[in-house]
Amino acid sequence: MKILVAVKRVIDYNVQIRVKEDNSGVVTDNVKMSTNPPDDNAIEEAVKIKEAGKATEVVAVSIGEEKAQETVRKALAVGADRGILVKTEGVVEPLSVSKLLQKIVEKEKPDLVFMGKQAIDDDCNQTGQMLSALLNWPQATFASKIEIKDGKLEVTREIDEGLETIEINVPAIVTCDLRLNEPRYASLPNIMKAKKKPIEQLNASDLGVDISPRIEQIKVVEPPKRKAGIKVSSVSELVQKLKNEAKVI
Amino acid sequence: MSVLLIAEHNNKELRPFTLNAATAASQIDNEVHAVIIGHNCEEAAKALSKLEFVKKVIQVEATHYENFVAENFAPVILKLADNYSHIISSANTFGKNLMPRIAAALDTSQISDITKVITPDTFLRPIYAGNAFATVKSKDTKKCVTIRPTSFDACESSGGSAPIEKAQASEEFLKTKFVKREEVKSDRPELGTARVVVSGGRGMQSGDNFKLITSLADKLNAAIGASRAAVDAGYISNDHQVGQTGKVVVPDLYIAVGISGAIQHLAGMKESKVIVAINKDGEAPIFSVADYGLEADLFEAVPQFLDELNKLNTIQK
Repeated sequence: MKILVAVKRVIDYNVQIRVKEDNSGVVTDNVKMSTNPPDDNAIEEAVKIKEAGKATEVVAVSIGEEKAQETVRKALAVGADRGILVKTEGVVEPLSVSKLLQKIVEKEKPDLVFMGKQAIDDDCNQTGQMLSALLNWPQATFASKIEIKDGKLEVTREIDEGLETIEINVPAIVTCDLRLNEPRYASLPNIMKAKKKPIEQLNASDLGVDISPRIEQIKVVEPPKRKAGIKVSSVSELVQKLKNEAKVI
Repeated sequence: MSVLLIAEHNNKELRPFTLNAATAASQIDNEVHAVIIGHNCEEAAKALSKLEFVKKVIQVEATHYENFVAENFAPVILKLADNYSHIISSANTFGKNLMPRIAAALDTSQISDITKVITPDTFLRPIYAGNAFATVKSKDTKKCVTIRPTSFDACESSGGSAPIEKAQASEEFLKTKFVKREEVKSDRPELGTARVVVSGGRGMQSGDNFKLITSLADKLNAAIGASRAAVDAGYISNDHQVGQTGKVVVPDLYIAVGISGAIQHLAGMKESKVIVAINKDGEAPIFSVADYGLEADLFEAVPQFLDELNKLNTIQK
């Protein structure tokens, strides 16, 4: 079994983002970038499956600017065998990402494609489902548990009402929830080894896909600020305020 | 131009956020049609036909629709899509799972999780977990939009009398099989719609100590929430999680107990009407969004809070 894992380079989740003064977007220059957190879970799961002897190869793919190579390299450092970088510039919408991934899937012929359920920058939560639609494959979204049984996958999904379990045939797409596993840290020797693993570089234009944006971003603004509140000195003051001022109890 | 609303239901009744999605749909265009796909979902279809704003109901029945598998639902919507300029659903796990499968098949760039309809092709949506808001305009002829339910009022659930049309089912997608669903049952108000939410964080120190949160929630008829830290530490199950990776809540009163206020938690609760924070660390970021902050040891403050609430009840009696 071969597993393709898609990883995205995003602003690190610990960074307090800032909106550009001209409202054209969010400041990304000189800001710490990392792998999209649930994509780390996707890589971890693929590597675990390989370590359990149930997969033969894990390939990490990223779509983005030249620097996204770092994100692929990190996936190699935690256990992916080789990488692919599809170079793009500017905003690439999930629809375009899924079309590019479709081309990679046609070339690599993986049995499974894993990725995070959502990117923490645009918060779209679309790419996995879109790729499944384009390939007409089964989709298991928001996965918090994956079991391989007789060539099929039993996946537990996090849904609003609780948990749902589905069984899907391979090939399939799985989008990973943060609860799926605990991603490992790359050890120094593995980081060194990863430097020798191959990363194939492609240009999006070579793949024959129209990735021009369909959505115009008109402006980006900061959220409305909350009026500064007050500190109360005691529980009884708090209760009085809630009752008489806020009138919520 | 007309809008196709995808109803969310459990085959017996509508799920409440369908009412919020109907309101959003009506802000795009007056001509709102709602499709309900299910198995023995007659009652839910009737409820849908009574909603304010809904002008027509399309009911599609088959056994393979009983469990809401997206691979089975998408072809039904695709068959109907020609007649509509917009396809809309709630951005909860149902809509998030389904809509992109429809959008990709229609070659449309979906707009997720909108909080406001500005014009029929321009919407406001949060990005970076609500730390910024983007105004976006769709250039696609057909638009697929999911809406953040808490940003739109629920429509009236009675008064409408839309005709119910039956449409033909599509073939079953055989490569995905539903196995089981484990719903978390509770007598409490549901977290997503409760008027009051009491949440505990890492400061609770153990699952056992969450009893304090439970008692306070009992007293206030509140839903119980938690920070991701408390869930990760195993104090409480993850369906209670409030935040970027959990639920977004907008109650009248949100009480954060022992929660420091990580960016991702704030993203899930900072739109609440009144926020109370109880934390012994006066520098905790939660105080920056709290209307009323109490810098105190929660293990003393919460029992006092219960006493005060009891006194209040006695006075009222």
